[in-house]
Amino acid sequence: MLRFIVRRLLQAVIALFVLSVLLFAWLRSLPGGVVSALLGERGTPENAARLRAQLGLDDPLPVQYWRFLQRALQGDFGVSNGVYRGEPALDVFVQRFPATLELSLFALALALVLAIPLGYVAARRRGGMLDTGSVIFSLVGVAVPVFFLAYVLKYLFAVRWGLLPPSGRQSVGIDATHITNLYVLDGILTREWDAAWDALKHLILPAIALSSIPFAIIFRITRAAVIDVMDEDYVRTARAKGLTSSVIRVRHIMRNALIPVVTIVGLQVGALLGGAVLTEKVFAFQGIGQALAIGFERRDYPVLQVLIMFAALIYIVVNLAVDVAYALIDPRVRTK
Amino acid sequence: MTDPTAETGTSPVSPEDPDHRSAFARMGDRRKRRIDELAEAGSLSDERGVSLWQSAWRRLRRDPVFLIGAVIILLFLIVALIAPWLAPHDPRARDLIGQVTPATPIPDPQPGYPLGGDNAGRDLLSRLIVGARQTLIVGVLATLGGLFGGLVLGTLAGGIGGWVDNIVMRVVDVMLSIPSLLMAFSIAAIFARPSQWTVILAIAIVQVPVFARLLRGSMISQRHSDHVLAARSLGVRAPAIVFRHMLPNSVGPVIVQGTLVLAVSIIDAAALSFLGLGNPDDSVPEWGQMLGRAQVFFNTYPHVAVYPALCIIVVALGFTLMGESLREALDPKSRR
Amino acid sequence: MRNRSVGALASAAALALLLTSCAESDRDTGDDGDGAPAGTDNATGTEPAAGGDDGASDATFVFGAAGAPTTFDPFYASDGETFRVTRQIFQNLIGIEEGGSEAVPELATSWESEDGLVWDFAIQEGVTFHDGTPLDAEAVCANFERWADQNEAGQSPSGAYYYGNDFGFGEDSLYESCEATDELTAQVTVSRVTGKFPMVLSQSSYAIQSPTAMEEYDANGIALEGEAFVFPEYAQEHPTGTGPFMFESYDNAGGSVTLTRNDDYWGDPAGVSEIVFRIIPDENARRQELEAGTINGYDLPNPVDWQALEDAGNQVLIRDPFNILYLALNPVADPQLEDPLVRQALYHALNREQFVTSQLPAGAEVATQFMPSTVSGWSSGIEAYEYDVEKARDLLEQAGKSDLTIELWYPSEVTRPYMPDPTRVYDAVKADWEAAGITVETVTKPWAGGYIDDTQASRAPAFFLGWTGDLNSADNFLCAFFCGDDNQFGTSAYDWHEDLQEQIAAADAEADEATRIGLYESLNEAIMSPEWLPGLPISHSPPAIVVGENVQGLVASPLTAEDFSTVTITE
Repeated sequence: MLRFIVRRLLQAVIALFVLSVLLFAWLRSLPGGVVSALLGERGTPENAARLRAQLGLDDPLPVQYWRFLQRALQGDFGVSNGVYRGEPALDVFVQRFPATLELSLFALALALVLAIPLGYVAARRRGGMLDTGSVIFSLVGVAVPVFFLAYVLKYLFAVRWGLLPPSGRQSVGIDATHITNLYVLDGILTREWDAAWDALKHLILPAIALSSIPFAIIFRITRAAVIDVMDEDYVRTARAKGLTSSVIRVRHIMRNALIPVVTIVGLQVGALLGGAVLTEKVFAFQGIGQALAIGFERRDYPVLQVLIMFAALIYIVVNLAVDVAYALIDPRVRTK
Repeated sequence: MTDPTAETGTSPVSPEDPDHRSAFARMGDRRKRRIDELAEAGSLSDERGVSLWQSAWRRLRRDPVFLIGAVIILLFLIVALIAPWLAPHDPRARDLIGQVTPATPIPDPQPGYPLGGDNAGRDLLSRLIVGARQTLIVGVLATLGGLFGGLVLGTLAGGIGGWVDNIVMRVVDVMLSIPSLLMAFSIAAIFARPSQWTVILAIAIVQVPVFARLLRGSMISQRHSDHVLAARSLGVRAPAIVFRHMLPNSVGPVIVQGTLVLAVSIIDAAALSFLGLGNPDDSVPEWGQMLGRAQVFFNTYPHVAVYPALCIIVVALGFTLMGESLREALDPKSRR
Repeated sequence: MRNRSVGALASAAALALLLTSCAESDRDTGDDGDGAPAGTDNATGTEPAAGGDDGASDATFVFGAAGAPTTFDPFYASDGETFRVTRQIFQNLIGIEEGGSEAVPELATSWESEDGLVWDFAIQEGVTFHDGTPLDAEAVCANFERWADQNEAGQSPSGAYYYGNDFGFGEDSLYESCEATDELTAQVTVSRVTGKFPMVLSQSSYAIQSPTAMEEYDANGIALEGEAFVFPEYAQEHPTGTGPFMFESYDNAGGSVTLTRNDDYWGDPAGVSEIVFRIIPDENARRQELEAGTINGYDLPNPVDWQALEDAGNQVLIRDPFNILYLALNPVADPQLEDPLVRQALYHALNREQFVTSQLPAGAEVATQFMPSTVSGWSSGIEAYEYDVEKARDLLEQAGKSDLTIELWYPSEVTRPYMPDPTRVYDAVKADWEAAGITVETVTKPWAGGYIDDTQASRAPAFFLGWTGDLNSADNFLCAFFCGDDNQFGTSAYDWHEDLQEQIAAADAEADEATRIGLYESLNEAIMSPEWLPGLPISHSPPAIVVGENVQGLVASPLTAEDFSTVTITE
């Protein structure tokens, strides 16, 4: 087991290294650059050349990468040049990651709460109206562009009916203490209920928009898994033995059907990050999706590098955790 | 019947990729799962041959999900085909430019222009109609591009096997591990002169690993099938086996995946445009571009965004419904 | 028109001061009418803010900002998002008249010079910085010295951009010395006569900051680390000025900046107790926040929204345009443009009148030259290049270019105050040119994704760009466009390039104001003459600022230099 984990960790390190090289090269091959982002129409050719030289952008890429690597190994990932000028890029990630985490968790929770029961019911009534209806409904969720859904939600619930705040993470007037930067959790920890409630209200709309993708997937997997499990011998046996349907439902069907669902959930990180770029833009939500978009617009290389690297790291860690869990459940995986 | 699970493992509990050679291996699990299921479905066709398609068709004919999708897509194709004759006005003619003022940037609906104009005084209805064709072109070309790339990689990996397979699949895994939207975003950004073609290329590249995995899986599952073994024993050379015997049997899953990818392509084109990486030239209308550009008017003239959005949603839904029902019809498990 | 002579200038300054205080008194009475009955006696501006609890409310003004400020030390900034915040904290020796672009006294009550080289600034009495340090001539000189004493990072165009441009560092610097001749007189010596000094000191970058705080928190400690600039503690956490608001906090994670009222302010106390700048990068989100009432205003609303915003009860304050949008033609990128006939033809083919009336917001004007009419040096005698498609065709034929093909560039995904929607400008120009038989090839690039790089490097034959003036100075416009051998118009390819450079330098070096204005007028005429015509000025477009129904007292500034201390909020 230990060997398995060590091997996977080593692979993760290598993967991250390769990614950092590719990312570095990709960012710097983008048209334009940080100099024109900083100077805009005020940049004369002399000014621009001077700034480029000062920022070390004239050096060959391998030299630049070597410099970056040396600093990165000491924990210095550079300083933002656009999203938050002067702020260490790592701090930008640390400040903004909780926002995206909070949003993603909330979206995921929403998707789970809706998709699992619906998937179960659909599977039990397979081929019926309810099944067809919910399959189509879940696919509509896939077909609606996330940003459009976000705009519609915002327009209706925030602008038209004024039920929920249109953007941001917390209202200006709220005097909240922040410990974890997960605002809802902070509000609960400090017992500032109004702050927690306010933060929660800000989460609802973006979370609904963001949950449309995982919802469809979780629904699909749940439905498929329940169908599979219902046909398994042990369920038939249980039925034959005369066990009550509620016992069958809980003990035999749901428990086994949830295994693939749980694993799929663990792997939604990537899709959520993609969706977060769009959702956070619409709701001016101060997460890493927004930072990615702005960093990109302003060619903020250090911030982009850190955000993407750490997103990848988290992705890898989550996957590793899932695999370790697998290996614990199913010994066959280890030996292969 | 060959046992596809020996290579691609699809039982709900065990992971799809049992070899665990890379830290990225488990990423993009959702896509992989779908792909592998499809590959498995296709591999069966060599056993049941025509009967599989026949039984699938029997199922589809009575499947409301499929029928709804098919009707939508049929209508879409007809509109796209006869668009130039259907459109009441030239989608490029700025007929209503006289009514475009800073206070009224969007001409109202009026006789002859039932949906009004866009902000350059062009007939919105005509642009939507002609946009159907361009949207279809973007979707089809992006899908074909992805298919072609996937064909090359998948054939290399599945047909040759060994270290080639190993390398190709590592690359494919890394590509699958990046959230698809972020990857499309990254590719689109790198072109110095964005155009319709860079959008198509970016979306196509994102689909390459999906098709590559699909085709590889399908081929590997056929490698030990009777007809391939028979051909081999008759001395047919490897390329001939691949092209004459293995590829034709992968058609089913490719069609299913292609249908789903068409929907994704159309939505991704809209997202790229929303993020500012779409085709800047709007002389030939395309729905994604129309929607992405309409964000400025979402508050004041929501219909400019809502019409193209509805078109996208309906068509993407049509393709998804068709793809999902095809998948289920071709899935051996569902016919138990 | 401003008069150069010393006495007249001083009296003009005094008059302006008088006018300003009159305006302020008016404003106070106005406020009282609106429902602050307790504060009726709070009329005179010289009374220090004992009235912090009577006239001024404890309201909070929440403003939606499009981006995070770069830093809070305006000396190291060059962007509007930063200046909007720092202008509330800091003041300059020379201010800008409320709602205009003329210079008025601020921390200096008057300034005078015999020879244009040695300048005496009389400092306002009784002013203290937020940290209690008194404002005197020493403090002013400490600022001048601090500006000049920059390390390599500070001297970078990404550090002290304005100072580098206006004064320059080292041997050639415009700044020579500053001496406190008495407690309230700072004598500044410059190395050469230039039209822009001392008016240049009205720009936000030249805010007078507390020497104590600057010393304590190492204000000059800007550093270059890796690929970015790191600002010192002073600039990030302790900006200390003399203005009506004090820096309170910057919440990075939540994206907001908070300023509180300076109750010891030497002028009229601010009408709100707190300003919060909420950073909302998405334009639609800003608008919807205003509609939801969660912010009180935001800057640069999209002109397509103006009408709807007003219909919803908001106030859209339209500034006088102080900018220029032009179409640059670069012969280095495309040698066809070396022929003046071609450039003239391209100009005559443009229907700017229609573009401005149909595509630009109300208040926009057709440009006849490379600066708005409010800038001293603008010439009224420039012959308009009328819209004439036939003439354009004739000119092209004469030039032997009837089948002219030209690449037209425009930036994607950006809005500038002078160009609210680049696509529309491009659409209009393309349609006009095609109507004259010109084939237009489109190139578009993201603003920071190649557009700026390529246009500045003479790779784009015809492209849109513009400028918002920093101050009322013709040089601020003309030099930004045409100075240097590799300017964006590629004028070095023309035989009149040297002539142009000399005329720009000569006009700037002219000490006498009337003569200088005359020089700029003839320079503008020369630039727009059929032989020169390096580019095509298109329009001046008024940027707006929008505030909610319950906000009073905000005066729009053409330089976008609004002072939020006059703002009050009714419930």
